[in-house]
Amino acid sequence: MSVVDAAGRITLGEGSSALRETIRELVNKGQKKILLNLAEVSYIDSSGIGELVSAFTTVTNQGGQLKLLGLTKRVKDLLQITKLYTVFDVHEDEAHAIRSFT
Amino acid sequence: MGQNSRGEVKTIDRSLDSTLDSVDDAENLALGLAREAGFRDEELQKIGMAVRESVVNAIVHGNRYSADKKVRVTLVKNGSRFTVRVADQGEGFDPDALPDPLAQENLLRQSGRGIFLIRAFMDEFQVRRLEPHGTEITMVKYVVENE
Repeated sequence: MSVVDAAGRITLGEGSSALRETIRELVNKGQKKILLNLAEVSYIDSSGIGELVSAFTTVTNQGGQLKLLGLTKRVKDLLQITKLYTVFDVHEDEAHAIRSFT
Repeated sequence: MGQNSRGEVKTIDRSLDSTLDSVDDAENLALGLAREAGFRDEELQKIGMAVRESVVNAIVHGNRYSADKKVRVTLVKNGSRFTVRVADQGEGFDPDALPDPLAQENLLRQSGRGIFLIRAFMDEFQVRRLEPHGTEITMVKYVVENE
């Protein structure tokens, strides 16, 4: 499995294309168990939320699993109001998250 | 900052290019005036995000990055009322026709959450068609003392 540490901003024109490329490269290499660590993500907009959803569906459609780790309050709040918090498998502890992949 | 500067009516009116740099410019202008109006912390984040989402919509969906079209951002601080208007010169849209991003069948769509987030973060939200073309979004947020 792979742990992807995202940092900074995931917004239109900034981090969202970098995230997309990273996930796409991993999936193309056959890596389908991905833990996306968002602990250092300072800001995310609706475009960034869209990229998280897109990453999730890309990996899931390939028969893989994409899980989230270390949400800041800001990101957690956004996922809750957009009803996506229950769509993603969200973890706070990395070791626990890694063990949860099947 | 005393009550005097908070009580003054202050307006900022800017015409911005249809480039993504304008998103940061609009956010910074709005956050500066919102701080003067008395907003703090999480409320500032909400205002910043609502402004970013609305200016992105104006540039991307409204003006479609056209160098000939401008985004007009008007900010008004009036007592506890903080108003942000964002106007583009595009074809316009019907806010009632937007799919509900919380509907089960739309949850995994990549886009379509911007207007929803603006409504969630601001106290009032209105969309008006401009003649001969364009869309103006008006958002209002109220300062709540001792929140």
